[in-house]
Amino acid sequence: MNDFIPSFDFYTVFVEPWTVDADTNIWLLLMGFLVTTACGLIGKFIILRRLALVGDAISHSLLPGIAVAFILTSSRATFPMFIGAVIAGVVTTVLIEFIHRKSRVKPDAAIGIVFSTLFAIGVIIITVFADHVDLDADCVLYGEIAFVPFLDPVELGGMMLGPFPVVRMAIVLLILIGLILLFYKELLVTSFDPALAASLGIRNGVFHYGLMIVLSLVIVSSFESVGAILVIAMLIFPGATGSLLSDRLPVILWMVAGLSFLYALLGIHLAIWLNCSIAGAMVVIALLLFIFVWVFSPKKGLLQKWVRQRLEDPDSPSSTA
Amino acid sequence: MSTEIHPLEIHDLTVAYHKRPVLYGIDLVVPRGSLIGIVGPNGAGKSTLIKTIMGQVPANSGWVKIFGKPFSKVVSRVGYVPQRESVDWDFPVNVMDVVLMGRYGRLGLMRRPTKEDKKIALACLEKVKMLPYANRQISNLSGGQQQRVFLARALAQESDLYFMDEPFAGVDAATESAIIEILHDLRKKGKTILVVHHDLPTARKYFDKLLLLNMRVVAFGPTEEVFTYDILQKTYGGRLTILSEVADAVGEVHPSSDQRE
Repeated sequence: MNDFIPSFDFYTVFVEPWTVDADTNIWLLLMGFLVTTACGLIGKFIILRRLALVGDAISHSLLPGIAVAFILTSSRATFPMFIGAVIAGVVTTVLIEFIHRKSRVKPDAAIGIVFSTLFAIGVIIITVFADHVDLDADCVLYGEIAFVPFLDPVELGGMMLGPFPVVRMAIVLLILIGLILLFYKELLVTSFDPALAASLGIRNGVFHYGLMIVLSLVIVSSFESVGAILVIAMLIFPGATGSLLSDRLPVILWMVAGLSFLYALLGIHLAIWLNCSIAGAMVVIALLLFIFVWVFSPKKGLLQKWVRQRLEDPDSPSSTA
Repeated sequence: MSTEIHPLEIHDLTVAYHKRPVLYGIDLVVPRGSLIGIVGPNGAGKSTLIKTIMGQVPANSGWVKIFGKPFSKVVSRVGYVPQRESVDWDFPVNVMDVVLMGRYGRLGLMRRPTKEDKKIALACLEKVKMLPYANRQISNLSGGQQQRVFLARALAQESDLYFMDEPFAGVDAATESAIIEILHDLRKKGKTILVVHHDLPTARKYFDKLLLLNMRVVAFGPTEEVFTYDILQKTYGGRLTILSEVADAVGEVHPSSDQRE
């Protein structure tokens, strides 16, 4: 009767993925977890600095950087792609600041000008050089995590490590965690109080550009699996949900990892049930969890506020109405 | 070493934003152990002066020396209290985290706060009577408590020269007296403090010296000498509402003055 929603079968949705298809799904789960954790960790700092829109911008304006790297090297090797992404990320950041400072255009408008133009240039490069570039805009925009388990495996000393994108993402995540541990206090003070940071001799600019460069690297390594648009959700959702659960940054950063695991796991099951894009399903799960936490969070949830209000003031107008 | 090295020396400093001058030809020598109020109308360049001294705003000409050296060489000897509204008080940190930031300058890159740093931070919280709030999330603080946390952070910097941007803005009476007590305590220890202040009547009460600023230095000297009708009028121009306040304030010092309306 209902053709829109596939029928729910417990065995195919929950048992089969971890028995018959376990070989594939374990890599999907790991990749989803790694991508979302890396994006979520750097995303939390981006949100704290009120730069969520800049994250959005960079995810789009990396396209020309990657496209040029492909054309120059006519390969999809990691190193040129990373270089292209870093250059594009820095150019985006510099252009936004330059336009904002010199023309008195407000920052959000400057961001809009820069990233749409750079993205357009990327689209033009790809279409003009279509014969030479094994790359289409769809791939960059949406990505496809389902292909990841079948990509060239990496071997180290005879041991199978895993598909190349997963290994690369793991390395990027480890580097990111290392950098956060090393520069935690500088990231904290430049985000919370840049004026104090400057007076302490901490260079705000260095950390701003450093963050943008690492952000570009995280985004470019996530492209293959989630694409330029859904990566924005991965940057924002874990940190935003975590901040509804805790007031302490270290706790929130741990929650990012936990939430990322849930997004990946539940996302895979949802995608199998609906037979849809895994990355898309992960974002839907992220939204559902966000709403769930928003309502039920023990500290800041809507329900808790409502109950407390009732207890404090049982004769409030809402109860008599 | 025959001449004394002053905590702050400024020569012919000029600053412009978008080609409009904000500060013009500032000359200033601040002796050690002074508690100075920087007073002037809105847009007089009070905050800009502080930010230029600390290298956050580039100067178009002139120079600033702090303990005889450029700011970048004496960073750890300078403490700073930015305006309270300049930060996001929903930021996910607690009171202790904020006070510990005052120690970051001494720690240097990649080093974490030690037990010693935490002890100093707690002692500073005690001084501003905020010790019971050490583990409190900063979004749960009142305006006065926020200001005291900022002050504790500045104390934790253990500097010799302090710049404070409007620490008295919007605070309760208890915080006001706590701040004054700490300012006097710092001065007694030979520290030099410059405070941007926007309220004229209280300026006379709080500070030993006043720097009256309106793009240029209108006057700089002991409060009783520069807090006169003529100088205040020169600083504030023809702003009548302020001038009548000034008239009242000055009137309190010279009740027989014919300036009073």
